Amino acid sequence: MTENNKWIGERTIRPDGAEKVTGSAAFAADTTMPGMIWGSVLRSPHAHARIKSVNTSKAEAHPGVKAVVTAADIVDFPLDIPVALGIQDMRWMCRNVMAREKALFHGHPIAAVAATSEAIAAEACKLIEVEYEVLPHTIEIDDALAPDAPILHDFIEFEGKPSNIAGTLEHIKGDIEAGFAEADVVIERDFTTRPVHQGYIEPHACLVSVAADGKATIWSSSQGQFMVRAMTGMLTGIPQSDIRAIPAEIGGGFGGKTIVYLEPLATILSKKSGRPVKMIMSREDVMRASGPTSGSKSTVKIGAKKDGTITAAEGVYWLQAGGLPGSPIRGAIGCALAPYDIPNGRTFAYDVVSNRSKVAAYRAPGAPIGAFGVECVLDEIAEELGIDPLDLRLKNAAKEGTKAVHGPTYPLMGYVESLEAAKVHDHYKAPLGPNQGRGVASGFWFNAAGESSAQVNITEDGNVVITTGHPDVGGSRAGIANICAEILGIDYNRISVLIGDTATIGFSNLTGGSRVLFASAMVVTESTNKVIGTLCELAAKIWDIDPDAVNWEDGEARPAGANAGQFPPLTLEELAARANESGGPIGASTQLNTKGAEGGFGTHICDVEVDHELGIVRVLRYTVLQDVGRAVHPSYVEGQLQGGAVQAIGWALNEEYIYNKEGHVDNPGFLDYRMPVASDLPMIDTYIIEIPNPNHPQGVRGVGEVPLVPGLAAVRNAVYDALGVRFNDLPMSPPKVVEALDMAEAAE
Amino acid sequence: MAKMHISTTINGEPTEYLCEPNDTMLDVLRNELNMTGSKEGCGSGDCGSCSITLDDRLVCSCLMLAAEANGAKIETIEGMAEGEKLHPLQQKFLESAALQCGICTPGMLIAAKSLLEENPDPTETEVRYWLAGNLCRCTGYDKIIRAVLDTAADMRGAA
Repeated sequence: MTENNKWIGERTIRPDGAEKVTGSAAFAADTTMPGMIWGSVLRSPHAHARIKSVNTSKAEAHPGVKAVVTAADIVDFPLDIPVALGIQDMRWMCRNVMAREKALFHGHPIAAVAATSEAIAAEACKLIEVEYEVLPHTIEIDDALAPDAPILHDFIEFEGKPSNIAGTLEHIKGDIEAGFAEADVVIERDFTTRPVHQGYIEPHACLVSVAADGKATIWSSSQGQFMVRAMTGMLTGIPQSDIRAIPAEIGGGFGGKTIVYLEPLATILSKKSGRPVKMIMSREDVMRASGPTSGSKSTVKIGAKKDGTITAAEGVYWLQAGGLPGSPIRGAIGCALAPYDIPNGRTFAYDVVSNRSKVAAYRAPGAPIGAFGVECVLDEIAEELGIDPLDLRLKNAAKEGTKAVHGPTYPLMGYVESLEAAKVHDHYKAPLGPNQGRGVASGFWFNAAGESSAQVNITEDGNVVITTGHPDVGGSRAGIANICAEILGIDYNRISVLIGDTATIGFSNLTGGSRVLFASAMVVTESTNKVIGTLCELAAKIWDIDPDAVNWEDGEARPAGANAGQFPPLTLEELAARANESGGPIGASTQLNTKGAEGGFGTHICDVEVDHELGIVRVLRYTVLQDVGRAVHPSYVEGQLQGGAVQAIGWALNEEYIYNKEGHVDNPGFLDYRMPVASDLPMIDTYIIEIPNPNHPQGVRGVGEVPLVPGLAAVRNAVYDALGVRFNDLPMSPPKVVEALDMAEAAE
Repeated sequence: MAKMHISTTINGEPTEYLCEPNDTMLDVLRNELNMTGSKEGCGSGDCGSCSITLDDRLVCSCLMLAAEANGAKIETIEGMAEGEKLHPLQQKFLESAALQCGICTPGMLIAAKSLLEENPDPTETEVRYWLAGNLCRCTGYDKIIRAVLDTAADMRGAA
């Protein structure tokens, strides 16, 4: 279905739209229950401390307190037995939701209290007596790797010695030594990026009610109700069949809501108290104790011939994991070189623990870190060789059939097209003024497929209700309705799309990995086609002809073949009205482990102007060019490209955590943790390329994560073009820009 | 301490409630009056998702004491549509896909409405600075700014 689409490609109004603009949509913090009480978390005042004892007796005796939870109430996962759940390890999850042997970062949960008001719960937390043995802490990568560094975990060894290096990963292709020997120019540079928070505006929140029979109902804001069910079950010991996880509307996640923080605590508090328990993180808690993405350091080396052909590339990365292992090293080293056809390549990464909050996924986890150094070095090689930076990328661009350094051989995809479109785009040719510069960069993300379920039911009046299993973070309901309307040939407004809970829809994996529309479209397509099959059978029965002699067109069954024109068509409404007399309910469910997502590529162009006196970098113009496979709902595709680019701008220019010497975050709020605001930005132009994914019924590729990947280097390369100073350390915040300009001036 | 008795007007309705002297307006809206359209993103006046108007002035309800509403006129997102008829800004936000997750949307709409009441013909820069106190992490603001400018043009045309 590529031509003459009526609904695919339409900018329809999202099914959940009216609720979202009138304030009636129920986010997790908006839910209440009769008899509800409030939970509050006691958090570690130390960055690193052994927990010697926790005495909750005074808190329990405090008037209004109904229950207290400590690590002793959470199911323990012994350190020597890995227990995987998706990409997480429950050994780390159980220690992240509640400190066990040690407090590993300032803000690490130690205990939680439920009481009749938020104020009483918070007061009671202060009555909990915790005996700590305060330990030396380590925050930055270099400090954590120093020979005398405090070691966070006795059980981690690297090269036979206790270490803060929790793991390594490597990709290798060809012979890099030989490749560098062939090069006419070799450039090697060191880079750092800072940890940045996903920055969702909605703090984590949940409401949990455990009934007298032990069955738990959880309303929470997450990127996956099935993840909430599984993790809460594993951490509380409640069987998953006794947990109903209901997805509240989610106020942004960007990866940060792919794990639980509060749900197991609230579940145990509710079980102990017999009352529904609501818990909401403060913004400060979100910033201190929910996961940002990793900070990193890296060394990237690339060699090329005079004509620009890359002969070898190597990237070595150190990523911060926070207090427990698990930084996104796979994304960093897998995506770093992925846009290029490189004969000899190696990427290697270290997972480094330190006394910061445990990292969580953030939009294309690890990939922006991997791409940053590579895209900066390519910019320098282009300059050195006198080649246009887009031409350098075109010369080395991965295409169908290229074997990537990280392993796969690529199918049909549109990276080259993004570069070619950038070259001829107005933006790339527009003149620049004084103190202005232009940068380009590209990026890749794997995109995920995986498990999804959908139920498509025809109502008795001939309309459609679709239930899927993925929280809608950015308009996916609208895309799903567009697809169903197209296949059924009916008006979009006759379709409702709901997000089911764990008791009402089959297993569906996370809203993450840019997988939701890809996978949802597959299960909805299959369910819709099954429904059409049933409708055709019904019409055949009514007409008393063979079902194969019925076609479904434009929302109605039509007799076909020898019977064509013999009977008046039967519409969806007419068939629905007669369903029970001649067959029964009309509906179909599909549960699939989808495959074939295929990676995504994009290229960004950024113009900046630098204020030499104040050091402020202002983005003047920005264009995102990306192959999206098929833009099922172009507005929400554009929205993903724009939102991702702006997160990259924030990462490049301003966002960072400031730790004091006690190892506490000094800027745990939106005033000092400076995310982009409306007045910082220009419009973000998009250029959508549609090279349909051959593995998908509508040609869909993942869209949402790629647009964060190129942005860091695109902004940085633009700043170089404006200033002649190469910033290899992010963010390029005003004090750093002023300092660099002063140094450059002093050197002259 | 005894609770305070407050008489106010919310979205045109005379409203009374009891509150603690240190309760914020946002606490009372959300937890006492069950008006959860105003959101708490930060509690420190930095994100704007709790935006309301107090006597036609745009404020963060997390920074306002509930007691301050006594005798005043409060407008919240719940009062923006008239029954099923959406305000032109609400309608334009939907048509323009000016929201993704929707958590900032109520505050963004209240702030935008307040802007257009003060300045029916704002420039792009004026819209960007007026909305600089309303954080959105999903959209990059592009479609929000366009929706506000387009609504302003429509409303001028209709006037």
